[in-house]
Order: sequence, then C-alpha cells, then structure tokens
Amino acid sequence: MNRHDSAMLHYPRRASVRRRRTLWSRIHIDPWLSGLLLVLLVAGLVVLYSASGQRMSVVIAQASRFGIALVAMVVLAQLSPKTLCRWSPVLYGGGLAMLVAVEVMGDIGMGAQRWLEIPGVVRFQPSELMKLAMPMMVAAYLQRQVLPPRLRDILVCALIMAVPVMLIAKQPDLGTSLLVACAGLFVVLLAGLSWRLIGCLVVLVGAALPLLWINMHAYQRQRVLTFLNPESDPLGAGWNIIQSTTAIGSGGLTGKGWTLGTQSQLEFLPERHTDFIVAVLGEEFGLVGMLLVLTLYLLIVGRGLLMANGAHDTYGRLVAGSIILTFFIYVFVNIGMVSGILPIVGVPLPLVSFGGTSSVTLMAGFGILMSIHSHRRLLPR
Amino acid sequence: MRKSRAALKNPEQEVRIFRNRSLLAVALVILLSGCLVARLVYLQIVQHEVFTTRSESNRVRVEPLPPTRGLIYDRNGRLLAENRPTYNLTIVPERVDDLDVTLDLLVDILELPDEEAAVFRKRAYQRQRPYQPALLMSELDERQIARLAVNRYRLPGVEVEGQLLRYYPDPMLMSHVLGYVGRINVEELADLDGGDYAGTHFIGKTGVEKQYEAQLHGDAGLRQVETNARGRVLRELGRSDPEPGKDIVLTIDERLQQLAYDLLDGRRGSIVAIDPPTGEILAMASSPGFNSNLFVTGISYDDYRALREDLDLPLYNRAIRGQYPPASTVKPFMALAGLANGEITPQKTIYDPGYYKLPEHSRRYHNWLRWGHGRVDMHRAIEVSNDTYFFNLAHLLGIDALSSFMHRFGFGEQTSYDVHGASQGLMPSREWKRERRNQVWFPGETLSVGIGQGYWLATPLQMATAMSVLANRGEWVTPHLARKVGDEIVTPPPAKEDIELANDDWWNLVNRALEDVMTGHEGTARRAGQGLEYRMAGKSGTAQVFTLDNDERYNADELEERLHDHALFTAFAPIDEPRIAVAVVIENAGGGSSHAAPLARQLVDAWLLPDSEALDEAEDEIVQREDHEPSR
Repeated sequence: MNRHDSAMLHYPRRASVRRRRTLWSRIHIDPWLSGLLLVLLVAGLVVLYSASGQRMSVVIAQASRFGIALVAMVVLAQLSPKTLCRWSPVLYGGGLAMLVAVEVMGDIGMGAQRWLEIPGVVRFQPSELMKLAMPMMVAAYLQRQVLPPRLRDILVCALIMAVPVMLIAKQPDLGTSLLVACAGLFVVLLAGLSWRLIGCLVVLVGAALPLLWINMHAYQRQRVLTFLNPESDPLGAGWNIIQSTTAIGSGGLTGKGWTLGTQSQLEFLPERHTDFIVAVLGEEFGLVGMLLVLTLYLLIVGRGLLMANGAHDTYGRLVAGSIILTFFIYVFVNIGMVSGILPIVGVPLPLVSFGGTSSVTLMAGFGILMSIHSHRRLLPR
Repeated sequence: MRKSRAALKNPEQEVRIFRNRSLLAVALVILLSGCLVARLVYLQIVQHEVFTTRSESNRVRVEPLPPTRGLIYDRNGRLLAENRPTYNLTIVPERVDDLDVTLDLLVDILELPDEEAAVFRKRAYQRQRPYQPALLMSELDERQIARLAVNRYRLPGVEVEGQLLRYYPDPMLMSHVLGYVGRINVEELADLDGGDYAGTHFIGKTGVEKQYEAQLHGDAGLRQVETNARGRVLRELGRSDPEPGKDIVLTIDERLQQLAYDLLDGRRGSIVAIDPPTGEILAMASSPGFNSNLFVTGISYDDYRALREDLDLPLYNRAIRGQYPPASTVKPFMALAGLANGEITPQKTIYDPGYYKLPEHSRRYHNWLRWGHGRVDMHRAIEVSNDTYFFNLAHLLGIDALSSFMHRFGFGEQTSYDVHGASQGLMPSREWKRERRNQVWFPGETLSVGIGQGYWLATPLQMATAMSVLANRGEWVTPHLARKVGDEIVTPPPAKEDIELANDDWWNLVNRALEDVMTGHEGTARRAGQGLEYRMAGKSGTAQVFTLDNDERYNADELEERLHDHALFTAFAPIDEPRIAVAVVIENAGGGSSHAAPLARQLVDAWLLPDSEALDEAEDEIVQREDHEPSR
C-alpha cells in the first residue's frame, strides 16, 4: 500500500479523476462486470438445478464453489498489475512444472490424465492454471518488447505457447489445450501481430491439420467424424449430438418450462449438467432464454473489452483483452458444439456448467481484469 | 540495452494498435455470435416441428396391451383351455455395460450349467434391431424369478417379463376339438389387423381356437408411457384398457368325451355323439390324440417329427377329416330313398340267393352272407343288413336319385356350423365322375354305392349328423361345438331343408327295423343290444379297405392289419325321444357289429341311464389326472 501511495505522489490527478474514485474503485471491484457476473451465476444455478435432475446438493456444491471463485476474484483484483506482471513467469513456470508432473504421475480421470492431487489437501488441474498463466506470461514478455512484435518475439511467444499446449493436448484434453492456445494467441494478435504473419499462421495451421489428425486419439477422431455426420452412428458416438440438437430444437421459441424439459429430465441428454447444460437451457427456456443468456455473455465481453481498452500499460491491455476474448471463445465453442456446428470438444459453458476448477479460474481471470481496470490511474503512462 | 529498447517503445502506437485489434475482435465476436443465433433460430424456429416430433417419439412410447384370451369350458363348466402366467428372461444388450459379464452373472444366478452361457450369448447377439429385447429363457420357475429379483440391481438391461400362456389341462382327449394356439407366423401376420395383434404373440391354429379366434382374442388396449433413455418406463401418460376375449362354453361334455376317448383305447378311430334335438356335439373324439400343449410355445423339431412320423397319425382329426366308406350304416337312408322314390314298399320282398346280378350281366355281387338270406323285405333287409336287397334297390333308384337323396341327409356336404376344417366327404354322382375322373358312370358302381362302398366317403361327424336327422324324423339341426360365446347363446340356422316324406309312418318303419338290429333275433348287433333298458336304433357297418376280386373271400388272418376292414356303428336313442346320436368308427378293427356296436352301446348307456356310473368314473379320471399334473 505504501508503495502505491508513494507512486501517487508523483502523478498529480485531475479533479474529474478524483470524483470518479468511488468506493468501488477503492476496493478494486468493477460494479458493472460484477453485477453482470452475479446475474449469470444465479441464472446458471437455476439451470443447473433443473439439469442436475433437481438435486439441491449439486446446486449447493456449485454455489459454494462460486463462493470460492468470488473470493479468488476479489483477492486477485487487489493485486496490482505490476505485481501480476512480476509474478507471471513464476506462475507460468510453476504451471509448466505441474503439467510435467501430471504427465509423469497424474491420476487417471475420465480416461485422461488431468488431475494433480496432494492427497487430502487439494486436487486440481494444472491446465486450468495455464489458462491464466499463459496470457500473463506472453504479455509479460511482450511488455518488455517494442510493439508491434518482430519475428524474433513471435518465435519466443510461439515457444512459450507451444510447450504447455502440447503437454495439455497430450493428456489428452483437446478443449483445454485449444483454450490455452487461444489465450496465448490473442495476446500476440492484440499486440499487433502483422497481417503477413497471420496469413502465414493460417497456412501453417492448414498444413498441420493432417499431422494433427494422425496424432489424434481414436476417440478424438471419432468425435470429428461424428461431427461431420452424426446420423452415421445414432446410438453410438452420434447419440450426444442428436440428442442435444433435439433438445434445443424441441424447445422452440419459449421452451418447455423450467424442469419440464423431457430430453434432459428423462436422461436422453448426456452430460446434461456439465458440458451439455446449454441444451437444457435451450429446451426449457427456448430461443428467448438462449438469447437472454447469450446477451448476458456479450455484455460481459463488451464490458471486458472496454476495461481492457482503458488499461494504461501494455501488459494490462494484453492480459485483459486476452482473458475476455478467451472467455468468449469458451462460450462460442460450447454453444457451437452442443448445437451441432462445431465438433464435440470438452469445453464447458463458462460459469454455468457444473465444475469447480473452471469457474474458479474464470473468476480469477475476471479478478485480474478488475485489477487492471481499477489500478490504471496508479500506473505510469 | 534494455533501457534503450524501452525508450523505443511508442505507447501511443501501442494503444492505437490495440484499439484497432480490439475493434476487429468486436467484429469477430459479433460475427460468431451471429452464427450461434442463426443456428439457434434454425433449430428452435425453423426446425422446431421436426425436433418436437423427434423429442416426443424419444420419450413417449406406445405400448400395446394385449387382451387376455377367452377361456374355453365344456357344457358343465369344466375348464378346457386356460391361460397360465409364465415368465421370460429378456435382455437389451444396448443397456448392458458388459454383455459377457452380465450373461455369465445370469448363468451364475440361475445356477445353470456353464454351457448355458454360450447359448445365452448366441441368443443375445442374434437380434435384428437395436434396443430390441432378446429372449434368453422362457418359462422361468418361481425360484429363478426370486433370485433374479434379488439381483436386479446388478443386472441393468435384464428384464423378467410376464406372459400368459395357453394351457390345456386335458390335451390328449381335447386336442382335436380345441385345436391349439401357436406363435403367429408370417402369413398370418399379413392377414391380421396389426393394431389389434400388436402385443399378441399367439393365434388359434386349428379347432375351436381357430374357428373362434376373433371372439377369443378380444381387443387390444394401448398405453402411452414415458420412458427415459434407458427405456425404463417412468410413468403412464394414458391408457385404454384391452377388451378381454370372450369365454366360450362348448357343447362338449368332457366326461362323455373322456369316456369316448377311453373306449377308443388308443386304437385309430373316432366317436362322435350329437344331441339330436339341438345339434349340439356332445363328444367328438379322435384317437390317438396328441399333446396340444407342445404347440403353444413352439414344438421342438424332434417332438414334431415324432408326431408326423407316427403311423397312427395322431395329428389327423379323424372325427371330421377321416373319410371312410359309410358301408352298411347307409342302409336305413337307402330304404327311405326307396320309399320316397316309390321304388319299394315296406312289404315288397326279394329273394336273396346270396348274390345279385345286374340284368344281362354275368358278374355276381355277393351278399355278405355267402349263402344268402332267402326272402327278405325292407325290415329284415335292414335287420340282417342284407346286401342283395340294397343292390337291387340301388339299381332301381339309379345313381342320380340315390345321390341327390343322400345329399338331403348331409352326405357329400359340410353341414356343421362351427367345426373348423370339417371335410365334406364324397357323395359320388354321374357329374362328379365325369368332372373329376372324366369317366362315364357304370351301373355296377351304383350297386357299390348302394351299400355305402365304392366312391362314397363320409366322416364320422357326417354319419352322426345323418343319424340325428333320422332320429328327428327328417328335421334338420346343425351340428355345432359352441354353446355360448360370451353371453350369447349360439343358435345356428338349420343347415338344410327338413326332409318330408309322403308317409310319415315310413320313419317309424325304418326306426323299428333299426331297433331290431339291436334287439331282433336276427339283428346284427343283437349281442351289443342285450339287456337294453331303452329303445335304441342302431346300424352296423363294415367298410372294406380294399376291393376283393370277385371270387376272393375276405380272410382277416391273411391280411395285414392295416388292410383289415373298418368297424362302423351308428345309433341313436331313445327312439321316441332321441337324446343322443352316435357314430363310431374304428379303423381296421373288423366287423362293425362286434367291434364298434359295443362301444356305441356303452356310450349311449352312460348318457341315458341315470344310474350309470360311467360318466362319474370318467369325471374321476379327469380330476385325478389334473391333480397329478405337475404345476408349471
């Protein structure tokens, strides 16, 4: 605190700025974003109650995780971006070490090695940590470089990104590795990656696709094939997508009503309270409900982008922009896969799907966003 | 170094770049969101109907509720065909995590030999459609059901399904009357109302079961149920109850049927008894019988082959499909034909030298008594069953008059009301021979027909029917098997016009002659008629199985058993107020008067004599057998 105060002395403030320093900015919380998030969390719990087969225990478990997630958000919001920037390499390094550890001795969970466990104390997915550590690390690196980044910088960034993404993909967790890669990529793109290089990247990815196909697990390939033609295996791999589109489609304009969705309540929907929860939403609340939730997400993204633009240093801008765009990618990929326009990859609907680690990470991300936003006046221009 | 780099940083430019890029990002976000919205509108608005239908059919299943098949009783209310609950074991492989493990577990739970696991595996894998239950085992016993119930939580996808199975308590003696039900086959399926038979697996194949299929089956109900993805029924959304099939009360008296079956004693033959005032068939036994219960769940190949290859043809319903030359049993009808056509008078006599010769032919047609009966009139001709008299009469009548008169008694026609598969026999005529054989009729053939031989064929049911008409003095009743269908009493319309004779007394004359067959000092069945306590009319018959050459004589000892004569006897009693008409046929038994007449006498005695214990004994036999029947 003292350090901040001393910094303040060097930078005289304008009167208007003084007026805007409200209670909210004192506690480093953005009221707009927090308000939108709370609405989303409550809406998510309402849908989850129905999607879990009306089990209150599931809702309570989720709500308590939200509590932890909110605490994480508030705590991170108090840290100054400068601190965050300084700690980024440590976070990244630690995450990387844990990914290796998972690779070596990780639990087997859902056919994939994702979990790291200190028995009786904590059990979490290092890949979740990487979702935040990745953009922070890339931004911290680029912060020190002249922007737009030169080729050498891009290569360094590529290296920073490639190692953890490959480790996560090897777990195998296609969805998370995709999101982690996006998080890093968005930083580079926002930093001003030249169009020429973007073009090259697209070509490179195109060339890498066959290579990716060869290295995919059988079930991952099956997912892609099923995505292309779900009717080819209606009772097997195509089941999920057929049932989820049926759920959404049968919801119609206004839906079948809360807890009255037959597709979900009668267990036709797979993983209805985790990855496929949006199908429950679509079935029970219809297009209206879907559009409302989508609007909520877009408002959050909009607010996030505004906040990112208000950041006063490169690191803050890049991290904030990346976090909020990755958040949108979450939403897009999840709704896209459940409604059948994207192949099924394990991406939950952020802050609505049941699952603790991911909501904590997401809220921690919003905490960072708020930290960047609320500390902007305190940083040198 | 680092400092100089930092000095080169251009914050203004960085902000500008970021702003441009984030504007681009906003555009991207809007574009992608637009894709999602478009997709959602497509699914929820454009394709809404399609998905609603799909969702409905997903969760709502219409299950047919098969009706309970009607029961069949005898005329005294004794149960002849019932439905017994049985339990089948089925499995839906799609709902099982590890099929092989589950099947092994089932074998373990049911304590079956290990080979069963292989059988189970075969059955579980040979289904046509996904999610269709495969039948692993039928007719589980109570212990197995209990063990499965206890272990149910370990056996997802495994179900014990209850089913009512037709069961015949007395299959051997009733099999030909009742017929049996069996699994619906492809051809039957094509003819059926799919809705009504959706949940029904069985259909009447023969006999009463077939004849009254529509009434016995009832109407199927429906229930709409909501299921989850595992196919488990969660709740019922609506139902219409099935209309159970109607119960049928038969005209058969099971005690009399049992007695008839016992009298046949496993020999090839048949006994049919009819109540003349109503045409109700009191007994219709065909021997040997077969176990119709074997057919219900599908008879095994070995069992079926055994039945098919049995030389005694147990599956053959002799009572209604067995076609025998009616032989001398036709003589009373011949006499009536002669009287009605004015060819004879009761008093007119002929001289029987032991044979008959057609005018201007040399061939002799022998009387059964080689040396002849001397002078015979109509009464004596019937009493002693003189052939020569009827050769002459047949010649006088000619085949045309003879044939058309016999049709009036139902010969050559199917006159029964509800006897499934009854044959019409064969009453030969000039036209018939021209059409079917493309040959002219020879006068000699008329002579054979005159004594019920030659081409003439009749079933035991036809013989008993003709006897009933005779007992009724020409009044026609229609033989039938069902007394009551549901609450409706069966009253079949008369099958044919009543027979009216110019002189009503002729009935008495013929009947008195038939009485003398039983009691006259020359009566062919006088031994069977000894000690009669009521007036009984009877006529014996001995049907040749093959034709002897003119000068050959029949010698039973020299012939194979299956070429022996069929023994026939027809009767009714009491003459004044007939209450039973009977036809007895025993294949290859020999003379009718000695081998068939005693059976007819015992049957009529049992029916008419109040102090006869034969029916009570038959009832005891039935009760005892049913008590010893191992319960399934």
